[in-house]
Amino acid sequence: MTELNDPSQFAAETIVIDAGVGNLDNLARALRHVGGDCRVTTDPQVISSAKCLVLPGVGAFRPPRETLRGAMEEALRSAVDHGAWLLGICVGFQLLFDRGEEFGNTDGLGLLPGVVRQLPDDVPIPHIGWNQLHDETSHALFAGIPSGSYFYFVHSFAPHATSDSLCPDSTCLARATHGVPFIAVAGRGRILGTQFHPERSGPAGLSLLSNFLELAHAADSSD
Amino acid sequence: MTPASGSTKLTGLTNRIIPCLDVRDGRVVKGVRFKNLQDQGDPAESAARYAEQGADEIVFLDITASPEGRDADRDWIRRTAEQVFIPLSVGGGVRRLEDAERLLRSGADKVALNSSPIDRPELLDELARRFGSQCVVLSVDAGRWSRPRPDSRWQVVTHGGRRPRGIDAIEWIVEGVERGAGEILLTSIDSDGTKDGYDLELLEEVCRRVSVPVIASGGAGRPEHLAAALKAGAAAVLAASIFHQGTYTVGEIKAYLEQQGFPMRESPS
Repeated sequence: MTELNDPSQFAAETIVIDAGVGNLDNLARALRHVGGDCRVTTDPQVISSAKCLVLPGVGAFRPPRETLRGAMEEALRSAVDHGAWLLGICVGFQLLFDRGEEFGNTDGLGLLPGVVRQLPDDVPIPHIGWNQLHDETSHALFAGIPSGSYFYFVHSFAPHATSDSLCPDSTCLARATHGVPFIAVAGRGRILGTQFHPERSGPAGLSLLSNFLELAHAADSSD
Repeated sequence: MTPASGSTKLTGLTNRIIPCLDVRDGRVVKGVRFKNLQDQGDPAESAARYAEQGADEIVFLDITASPEGRDADRDWIRRTAEQVFIPLSVGGGVRRLEDAERLLRSGADKVALNSSPIDRPELLDELARRFGSQCVVLSVDAGRWSRPRPDSRWQVVTHGGRRPRGIDAIEWIVEGVERGAGEILLTSIDSDGTKDGYDLELLEEVCRRVSVPVIASGGAGRPEHLAAALKAGAAAVLAASIFHQGTYTVGEIKAYLEQQGFPMRESPS
């Protein structure tokens, strides 16, 4: 078990964006467990003024994409433009990329380069269970997490680089393999995300969430 | 760098080991063939202990007799979710969308459904649409017909093994997946609690027919039984009494299975 941190450890609230799919209570519990005050919201005003955002999601690409479109997306972009930190999780991570191919092409938020494609069918789909990261970079998100740690995945689509090279630039922070290697963790500046569910991934997942909050709030206090 | 990089293996996915906790009136219980229930402790404490041993997921089946009793004591789910950060599945008494929502709010990640979708299969579609297939587990108790039939080998049994439903178990599972179930929790009523091993024929047949993960349940007594179930195609194996009675720890089971060549997540130290 991870030590329960002081709940008031971080000055600013973490805002969990509710894009209408899935149950966010256990994500909120995990964030509180690692010391982050957090609020689940659909309110564009709360989103646009946030310093630390989490965008979760489960299921298919399109429903949460359509929920975000409009006021919530504008608020999210405005927060990002003003230097907010953002962590996408699972489908929330996929939404950060240029495009999703689930049920036809859907534009993503374009905050990370790449396209979200179906995993090959020579392995069981959906990809459900614990899988291992490889090719991790030395990003602060992985501080204290042993290389090759396992995380809990539930998905059938995954982000890929658009060129032949898997990591055309430095945005791919770690890969995992299910049928093919895919982008399991990515980041560009303050925009970060994981294909797996850190809130369900035991001590390694809690460490990753804690590292994200550390990053976001350290930056916040130095602004 | 870890060895997976550049290797030829198709997936780094591991097989899951899932302790199952039958819960009645807020306490863990276990009986043989759903009878002779014995108190085996607090659900949250048990779940936390198994998570520390390296359990990949926990399944709770709430067998509290009355719906009122269930509602009165769901606090154990919340207490578990506040200290155990691996997937938690909860089944028992889910008849409507609102029942599932209440379980998810309490801290379940997945909801397991057993008898209610037999009466109203649309419930599976509704749950998958509302919460996503990843949180819909179809739990099927299957038993061999007392008089063998040419067209069907197993039938669906509900109500803790007491009520044969006269429905072919394989066809029901295929329909359940088409309707949106994201995983199958497959319990052999004939082998449950016997410690004689899983019903491997049943398991092989189900794994052949559906692509979603199948969790083998009912009959685990020795580590070899779990290995046989994984070999038969199960993505995950569920066991209860061998863990509750302390015969094996989750870590010991995982060490054995890893030795047998099944990929396992390392246990947290």
